[in-house]
Amino acid sequence: MTRYIRHPAVLCALLLVALLVNAARVQVFEARAYDDNPANRRSAIARYERPRGDILVGRERITGSRDTGEQLRYERTYRDGPLYAPVTGFSSQVYGTTFLEHAADPLLSGTDPLLTPFPLWNDLTRRLTPGGDVVTTLDAAAQRAAYGGLRGRKGAVAAVEPSTGRILALVSTPSYDPAELSGNAGSTGRAWARLNRDPDKPMLNRAIRQTYPPGSTFKVVTAAAALDSGTVTDLDAATRSPVPYTLPGTTTALTNEGDGCEDAPLRAAFEWSCNTVFAKLGVDVGVSRMAATAQAFGFNEGGLRVPFAVARSTFDTSVDRAQLALSSIGQYNTRATPLQMAMVSAAVADDGLLRRPYLVERTTTDDGNTVGTPGVRPVRQVMSPATAMRMRELMEGVVSEGTGTNAAIPGAVVGGKTGTAQHGVGNSGTPYAWFVSWAQGERDVQPRVAVAVVVEDASAVRGDITGGGVAAPIAKAVMEAVLRSPAN
Amino acid sequence: MYGYCAVGLAKNGNLPPGAAGYGAGLGVLALLAHIAVRLRAPCADPLLLPIGVLLNGLGLVLIYRLDLETPADPAAPTQLVWSALGVTLFTVVVLLLRDHRTLQRYAYVCVAAALALLILPIFFPAVNGARIWIRIAGFSIQPGEFAKVLLAVFFAAYLAANRNALAYTGRRVWRVQLPTGRVLGPIVAVWLLNVGVLVLERDLGTSLLFFGLFVVLLYVATGRTGWIAVGLVLASFGAVAVGWLEPHVHSRVEDWLHPFASIDAGQGPNQLAQSLFAFAAGGVLGTGLGLGHSVLIGFATKSDFILATAGEELGFAGLSAIFLLYGLLVERGFRAGLALRDPFGRLLAVGLASIVALQVFVIAGGVTGLIPLTGMAMPFLAQGGSSVVTNWAIVALLIRVSDSARGQGEGRSTS
Repeated sequence: MTRYIRHPAVLCALLLVALLVNAARVQVFEARAYDDNPANRRSAIARYERPRGDILVGRERITGSRDTGEQLRYERTYRDGPLYAPVTGFSSQVYGTTFLEHAADPLLSGTDPLLTPFPLWNDLTRRLTPGGDVVTTLDAAAQRAAYGGLRGRKGAVAAVEPSTGRILALVSTPSYDPAELSGNAGSTGRAWARLNRDPDKPMLNRAIRQTYPPGSTFKVVTAAAALDSGTVTDLDAATRSPVPYTLPGTTTALTNEGDGCEDAPLRAAFEWSCNTVFAKLGVDVGVSRMAATAQAFGFNEGGLRVPFAVARSTFDTSVDRAQLALSSIGQYNTRATPLQMAMVSAAVADDGLLRRPYLVERTTTDDGNTVGTPGVRPVRQVMSPATAMRMRELMEGVVSEGTGTNAAIPGAVVGGKTGTAQHGVGNSGTPYAWFVSWAQGERDVQPRVAVAVVVEDASAVRGDITGGGVAAPIAKAVMEAVLRSPAN
Repeated sequence: MYGYCAVGLAKNGNLPPGAAGYGAGLGVLALLAHIAVRLRAPCADPLLLPIGVLLNGLGLVLIYRLDLETPADPAAPTQLVWSALGVTLFTVVVLLLRDHRTLQRYAYVCVAAALALLILPIFFPAVNGARIWIRIAGFSIQPGEFAKVLLAVFFAAYLAANRNALAYTGRRVWRVQLPTGRVLGPIVAVWLLNVGVLVLERDLGTSLLFFGLFVVLLYVATGRTGWIAVGLVLASFGAVAVGWLEPHVHSRVEDWLHPFASIDAGQGPNQLAQSLFAFAAGGVLGTGLGLGHSVLIGFATKSDFILATAGEELGFAGLSAIFLLYGLLVERGFRAGLALRDPFGRLLAVGLASIVALQVFVIAGGVTGLIPLTGMAMPFLAQGGSSVVTNWAIVALLIRVSDSARGQGEGRSTS
């Protein structure tokens, strides 16, 4: 009988081994696959178990976390949500993350390995790393000035610091409060549906994700190309420009809104925004030089991240001469984001150097130790310094005696360019009022801020809406805000 | 050796009060049991009682921990009461039952009681699809649990008495020697009746357990490999038939083969998938007590799926320790069986050890996806009063048997 008792005992031992092997399979070897299963709520629970790191403007936290006591414990809160929404984006327990909340998510949620002192440290200590903080380059005063200026209108403002590429303001209106999307309650779903249904698209980030025809503000690019290529050598020499200008190869006649454009020299044509002069100038420069300059400014260049992606601005390079003429005055297929036009203005202001714009000043752990800085940023020579100097002269003229006098700031040097872009079939769409500018304070050694403002306004009468009237005062307010703040 | 329960409950240190009460309660009970063993079964295997106390204590900790997630439905206090009852029964058995061979005389009383217990729940309303509970004065009892021990006693007694007849008489058909119907008849009848009742009550885990117990004991008693073969054929035949015919079982098999089918169908993870998630989340070292989310399993976390909590919060290390504790318990049972001289004692020890082993395998294999899931209580760990009491009875009988086994060598045989 002894032998027969041993047999079931061995069987039981085998069963024990089977259990152990299977447990090892589930818990050790295949654990990752189970953990990563999207139906496993543990990763979501872990993600919201700790308060999320914050986004800062200067020293002020513009985000926070609220302990709900629910299974998904911490919810995002926002201070001045609509004001900063184009920068922060939202962090929703249901709809994911966007913009800075998305681009910096590993850091904010505490999963970034840079936050821990040693690799695998957390696996040993079983401690959850608190989320790190993101300090932005934004200037709170400039941001408020831009948002206040756009209030009630549809549009966007982008402002950068020419000497560094730091983004000082990024505003898009109408905006929304990202806090509405933070949680997982029924109201979150209703807010999501309402925001997506809204014909004004409040969640669209117009400053970086929407391209507009830049209209006359593109004449900055055309003028730079003309000066750099030697097509124009003297700002005050008369150009051979007929009015009306018949687009080459067509019978379409191009006219101007004002008088005195016939054979106008470049300075006067720039100050009074003569379409005829610049259309012809673009054709004279030629498509390859025009395209080269536009691309140097950043047109046709995809993949710009600030750290979230910026839509591509375009300058069509396969055009006939008539299309080139229109492209050169910012029409036809020429399209730009407000941020791109701010970069154009910044390159002029900074001796022809273009610095890649960025939004994150530095990232820190929750107790303030620096984790990352932007480091050395690439710089590109867009035009010769001599051309940049003459471009500044042209833009200063627009503000001092041209179409942009509304942007003049007493005691400061301000350069700008107005624009009114028409679009739609037969120009039936709402025109866009543009203003791009830069400003240098009395005591500053170089321009402190470059701004681009675009306003789309259905209530305005066409023709009445000009960049100088609607957009310039907003740009002025933003520039004043930056010039008032102490230089760093 | 009673530090075990203290250790188990010390993990509650950061949790709200009441922990001291649990610890003291279980400690006092364990001490009483220990004194009883020292007095009445001094030669008993010294590992059996500590393993029982440790597993019981760990079970209380896990249930208490899950109670924190479901404040409306505390289970730990009830479980503590049942544990107390179990330990009391243990003490009574160890004190009163001086020699396990006394039980041999009550074989037919046992089988009658077992049948009565099995049939009883049919008259009570079904709970969660199975008629295996009876409710008296707010307590729900699962009589099938008690029947296990009684049946083990009966099988052991009957087979010990008739094993020679079973092994060596009867007609020989081809190479299989069939025992005479007179000897085999009663036992097969009893067994069929049991299994029939359980299938009626839709408690397939327990019928599987009875079947396994029956085959193991028959094999040990007769030494005929044929019984294993017959048993396996019958079992696989029955399993396939039940798997096809019974929708309840069929779906369990489907779940086992495709644990994530409900996720793909957009209905969210089912219990088994959640259980696997819990085990996987534990990893090697576990999340630590109170830090896991095994409550996501939803239904039956404290009973059938208690092991998932252990797996998630104690990790593979803790789970292995638990499995090895069970392995040790079973091994000690078999060892007592080997050391004994009387056939009844041997069969009883083997039967009791097999019950524990099979039960652990069926439910642990079920929740970790090794075999199709059948509802069954994890011995000592899971919520369920009848189960705890029964397991204490099993340990008490093993203590008694091992005491006899070790006593023989010292010439202290009590007969």
